[in-house]
Amino acid sequence: MHDVKIKVSNFSLSYGDVPAIKNVTMSIKANRITGIIGPSGCGKSTFLRALNRMNDLILGVRTSGTILIDSEDILQKNVDVVHLRRRVGMVFQKSNPFPKTIFENVAYGLRIGGIKDKAYIEQKVEKSLQAAALWDEVKDRLHKSAFELSGGQQQRLCIARALAVEPEILLMDEPASALDPLATLKIEELIHELKKKYTIVIVTHNMQQAARISDFTAFFMLGELIEYDVANIMFTKPRKKITEDYITGRFG
Amino acid sequence: MMRMRTLTQFFGFFFLRTCALFVVLILALLLGHIWQKGSGSLSWEFLSAAPRQGMTAGGIFPAILGTLCVTCIAAVLGMPLGIGCAIYLNEYAADTALTRVIRISIRNLSGVPSIVYGLFGVVLFVQLFKFGTSILSAGCTLGLMTLPWTITASEEALKNVPMAYREGALALGATKWQAIRTNVLPYALGGMITGTILSLSRVAGETAPILFTGAAFFLPELPKSVFDQFMALPYHLYIMSTQHHAVAKVRPLAYGTALVLIGLILALNLAAIILRARLRTMKKE
Repeated sequence: MHDVKIKVSNFSLSYGDVPAIKNVTMSIKANRITGIIGPSGCGKSTFLRALNRMNDLILGVRTSGTILIDSEDILQKNVDVVHLRRRVGMVFQKSNPFPKTIFENVAYGLRIGGIKDKAYIEQKVEKSLQAAALWDEVKDRLHKSAFELSGGQQQRLCIARALAVEPEILLMDEPASALDPLATLKIEELIHELKKKYTIVIVTHNMQQAARISDFTAFFMLGELIEYDVANIMFTKPRKKITEDYITGRFG
Repeated sequence: MMRMRTLTQFFGFFFLRTCALFVVLILALLLGHIWQKGSGSLSWEFLSAAPRQGMTAGGIFPAILGTLCVTCIAAVLGMPLGIGCAIYLNEYAADTALTRVIRISIRNLSGVPSIVYGLFGVVLFVQLFKFGTSILSAGCTLGLMTLPWTITASEEALKNVPMAYREGALALGATKWQAIRTNVLPYALGGMITGTILSLSRVAGETAPILFTGAAFFLPELPKSVFDQFMALPYHLYIMSTQHHAVAKVRPLAYGTALVLIGLILALNLAAIILRARLRTMKKE
């Protein structure tokens, strides 16, 4: 049950000559929620985007070390990033529904994956929307524009969209930072539900949120992994002074 | 007593408003003048018949047809080439010395005098490709002329598509081309087409590029294929106003030709404006 899903070893990343992540080593467990916290610019988003190679889009990014997902090093040049991104889904900070209908948003990943079977797509869309706890709210208007949904609904739509391609890992980059408390609560409940099936890595700015939802918490600062532990321990008796200072809000 | 600042503002605005009105006034005078002198020659015969009696009577149908034909060929060549180039520059090309040179070249292309395009067309299409002086050569030359504007407008349209659409698609396992084709181009296409239409409306009225590449003084028959010479509105206008043996006599016909040419170009611009407005309302939905 507590298998290691992602094993990061001596991982460093730099934008040109500017180091962004320095020598990070950590193991991320399957079917657990791993929260990543740290002040702005500490490299936590960069780290997340390394896990599905989204940093490839940025020019001049260099990496070293290894990131093993199920013992395959995803940093190797010959890795099929398209296949990787199907295994490692991502939900962005700002919900980014496509200007299509609700249905087409969720079906998008299936269609570009070459699936044409209409019945299968319909069934998959319904299942994904249910898994994202959005089905009941949208089942009567699947063919309306996704832009008609509220902010929280849009973010759950993006989660449904990511779930539809059946990833193993779900990366979330501050998925609730733009939402009101009620919508945030819904997303958090959803994330909690999702860990039964998925390995979840979530970046958050919000200390309470990290404490509420994560099983393990990693604290990043200036590109370094300062502390990584079971969330309970991390938030009650951190080993390092600087971690304590951060989580108690002495700086941030 | 009026304060100094208020007074300065009053005269400032007065000056700016006068500048703006002056521009409108010039256009209005121009159009009014041409309408006044040319509307008399407008008739169904003028639009649908060929010139007769040494171009002192009859219509300008061959010239209308010729201009439409070369504009269509310019569109067929310029649109895919320009849009393709814009997609490459905006989506694929890295910011290197080479792409910077390409970008500067494109900017400079729009500053090349149209007569130079004409000469280039003679060398490339008429002679090298052996298209002869023809509709095809002239159309291709005009097509090249549209490129800088088409490319710039298309790049702008691509830049307006949020980065999040690309990232979202890629994160779902789309290949780069899939992301562009399904999640970028559909939202940029309207802007691209608008830009292309506007650039076509600019070249449709050009005389110099078609002068050596295929436009004819007068043809007794309509062209039968794209390899034939043709008559065109801007060139016809030039002939009627300067080269004709009875310039004074055919002046109304010249104004009529000008009116038709302006009408054609305004129609193209209007199409672009309508298209843009419709896309804007679609985006809001």
